[in-house]
Amino acid sequence: MNNYILLGIIIAYLLVLFFIALKAEKNSKSKWVNNPYVYTLSLAVYCSAWTYYGSVGIAANSGINFLPIYLGPVIAAPLWIVLLRKIMRISKQHKISTIADFISLRYGNNRFLGALITIICLIGTIPYISLQLKAVSETFEIMSFGNGYISNGIWDDSTFYIAVLLAIFATFFGTQSTDASEKHRGIIASVAFESILKLVFFLIIGIYVTFYLFDGTTDIYNQISLTENFEQLTTFNSLESGFDWFFTIMLSFMIIFLLPRMFQVSVLENSREKHLKKAIWLFPLYLLIFNLFVIYIAWGGKISLGDTVNAEYFSLLLPLENGNTFLALLVFLGGFSAVISMVVISTLALSTMVSNNLIIPYGFLGKFLESHPERNAYYIKNIRRISIFTIIIFAYLFYIFFSMELSLFSIGLISFVIIAQLAPSFFIGLFWNRGSSKGVIIGIIVGIIVTTYTLILPFTMEALTGYTDFTTKGLFGIALLKPYHLFGIEILSPPVHAFFWSMLFNTLCYLIFSLTSKGNYRERNYAEMFVDSRNYATLQDSALVWKGEAYVADIKNVLVKFLGETRTKRALDLFFKKYNIPSDTQMADARLINFSEKLLTGSIGGASSKILIAGVVKEEEISLVEVLKILEESKETINRNKILREKSNELTEMTFQLKEVNDELLFKDKQKDEFLDTVAHELKTPITGIRAATELLMDEDGEMPSEIKAQFLKNILQDSDRLARLINNILEFEKLSTDRAYINIQKHNIQKTLKKAIGNMQHIAAKKQITLVNKNQFHFDLTYDEDKILQVLTNLIGNAIKFCEPQKGKITVDFKLGNKAVEFYVKDNGKGIPKEDIDYIFDKFYQSKNQNTIKPIGSGLGLAISKQIIEKHNGKIWVEKGTKVGTIFGFKLPFY
Amino acid sequence: MRKKILLVDDEPNIVMTLEYAFKKQDYEVFIARDGSEALEIVNTSVPDVVLLDIMMPNVDGYQTLKHIKSKANLKNTKIVFLTAKNKSSDIEKGLQLGADKYLTKPFSVKKIVSEINDLLK
Repeated sequence: MNNYILLGIIIAYLLVLFFIALKAEKNSKSKWVNNPYVYTLSLAVYCSAWTYYGSVGIAANSGINFLPIYLGPVIAAPLWIVLLRKIMRISKQHKISTIADFISLRYGNNRFLGALITIICLIGTIPYISLQLKAVSETFEIMSFGNGYISNGIWDDSTFYIAVLLAIFATFFGTQSTDASEKHRGIIASVAFESILKLVFFLIIGIYVTFYLFDGTTDIYNQISLTENFEQLTTFNSLESGFDWFFTIMLSFMIIFLLPRMFQVSVLENSREKHLKKAIWLFPLYLLIFNLFVIYIAWGGKISLGDTVNAEYFSLLLPLENGNTFLALLVFLGGFSAVISMVVISTLALSTMVSNNLIIPYGFLGKFLESHPERNAYYIKNIRRISIFTIIIFAYLFYIFFSMELSLFSIGLISFVIIAQLAPSFFIGLFWNRGSSKGVIIGIIVGIIVTTYTLILPFTMEALTGYTDFTTKGLFGIALLKPYHLFGIEILSPPVHAFFWSMLFNTLCYLIFSLTSKGNYRERNYAEMFVDSRNYATLQDSALVWKGEAYVADIKNVLVKFLGETRTKRALDLFFKKYNIPSDTQMADARLINFSEKLLTGSIGGASSKILIAGVVKEEEISLVEVLKILEESKETINRNKILREKSNELTEMTFQLKEVNDELLFKDKQKDEFLDTVAHELKTPITGIRAATELLMDEDGEMPSEIKAQFLKNILQDSDRLARLINNILEFEKLSTDRAYINIQKHNIQKTLKKAIGNMQHIAAKKQITLVNKNQFHFDLTYDEDKILQVLTNLIGNAIKFCEPQKGKITVDFKLGNKAVEFYVKDNGKGIPKEDIDYIFDKFYQSKNQNTIKPIGSGLGLAISKQIIEKHNGKIWVEKGTKVGTIFGFKLPFY
Repeated sequence: MRKKILLVDDEPNIVMTLEYAFKKQDYEVFIARDGSEALEIVNTSVPDVVLLDIMMPNVDGYQTLKHIKSKANLKNTKIVFLTAKNKSSDIEKGLQLGADKYLTKPFSVKKIVSEINDLLK
């Protein structure tokens, strides 16, 4: 293919991406941009050209060893829910925009640490980017059938112009906002798009090779199994490769969190935490699908093309070999997509790191303070733009001078091992609050030295000079110092070997120096905040420990330099409102200091913002003893608060109980009043009758007709009886409720008692012509107070008579034996008890409003007394609910 | 014209004494054993005074008073409570509802008669 046409296609493709990014940037709130699928696809930036081409190369040369690099992320994905969410929360809270900010903030916003991490990331990533450029360049050459001007100098090299185009793309969409912690929707949307393309195109070529060039997987397998070293390619052939696998999986597990580009997409560009839920299964699925055809393309290439060509480009060479240029073009574009997303995201992340952790804190701060906010924003953006270009140019130069001869896979792994040096400080620091900046710095430096000695140095030496004495004989000829077999370990492959030793030394140094150095209070503050992110909400703006003084006006001045008047005012207003602080407050407190640092972190990075704010704060050094004391106090306060809260809950509970008791007492008191009122009324009524009749009898003695006189005398007698009965009942009721020994329990025959009761009431019933039936004639002995039970029975029968209509009335007395008690029933066919009365009929003086007679003859205490009597026998009295006709009273007396 | 009195009380023994006393004073006496009976009676005849007990079954004295007060043709009818409820709060309530007098039990028949006579002068 003509390479101008190819360049034209590349530019057209870039324009498509540009258009997508522009669209997404404009509709940054749209559902199309903010969804878990775009998030997951953006994570697929993990699959770079290395995945696209490198995997096939490894599969062809060393079998399934390409897999562990993807197994690590697959294992890590479920843990994201816990780990990545914690990292996200912390990052959002502190407006953290890069992994360098994240780690350096954890260790007290240490400027040197931020710079160190940035340098590590640069060392680890630039060769990696150069590798991508190499892939573009080599595939370009393949596509143009060897007509690409690769080695004719920079200005003639198409790769150079492609690199510049990528830099422009990254610059345009990466520096829209001064605040680097803002999301880059445009770039993410284009990355997601590219992730789809690279997957689809790779699948197409996989299917093409497997099912078109060959007769499916079995065919390829059968053919490849005839080759000589087949066994070695498809199995774990030794303990060594087992270890290799284990450590490579571990390495990729760490790297998925640590790679600057992965931190950028997974943490910074995440718009909603809940997107994680989809990503944890969708992302592993993506990786799985991606790796589906790797082995078949590799085998297919091996079978058709043999070992004469670079196996990494089988996927491109196979269709070309078979005359299918269009398919090859698709593969090329897929690979190009993988390159673009990796390069753009990596340079974006790195440029933020470089500007925030290297350039601004080491030189530009003074200049910023003297300048205008608009100019500052312009400076900051420009620093980042220049960084992006510089990084890409550096990567290009690295490619020109070093990477030409190196394979994608080896450089990829070296990059991983370098970046992995951040792992101890990152992972352990999240959960161990003792980890200190001194430990981190020493650990990382030692780790890098070990990596350099065991991997970078021998590798570059061999690749560039062909000098092998160093690796075969060791430093100064000492065998124990052989870089690939340090201390005699010979079972690991070089990158894994380097990973093992560097990680060991790094972690040990980190632990030892963290334990021996205590770190200053600032470090301890951030350590607490990062480790204890459960209490995040309460910690967010409050530094745990801070001592010093600052004026709000000074802090505001600094903020204005970077955010401008309006944004500063808005932010401060929000802050004052949130904590209910009057907005004319003069002195700043720890919360404001922290808040302001966070505001600035987005623009100029954590280290710089710390320095700037510290410039206007008169901070007093606090000794560790003081820090511990304050921490202890705050813990005590928390404990005390907890106790107070418990007490307060108890009090609320008690108040509630008291209120209930009080309500009950009030109710009882009211009941007592009502009782007395009713007693008084009941006593007064007969007295009134007696008094009035007597008065008339005395005054009208002569004139009163004798039959009236007789009637009045009879009334007086009746009223006197009523009075006596009432008094007896009241006394009885009183005794029943107070005197325990009042009941005289003995053995009696139930039948006899029932007969007595019926006998007593027979004549009254007869007067109203009401039938009284004794249903159960069975004899049974039971212990009870016969007088009292008789009283209950006559009361119930009396009531029944009262409420029955004359002549038609029928009352049935019955009993039956239960397991533990005898149940008695008095049934009538009267008008029944109204529903609203049923719950109250056993109350004192409660008389139904719907009685048959105008004024019931009785004290109103009958049922109340009956209830007392039955309860004295440990029994129960009730009225059946829901009876259709009449009333059924029941009571039961237990066997003793 | 003979004065008409309506006695409303559920205690027959008490009503009997009042009936006797007022008849002797040449009153035309009507008797109701509760509020509902009283309301039936005032439908047909208009008493000059109603002597009303409060604690009665079915319709009590308060309700009866309200009913009587709501009738236009009974606006000249005096209403006197005669009840065992003698707490000052009860008396206040009775008078507030619009009773012309509040008399308590037990009572002197003579006094009741003279109070009613005074009221109707």
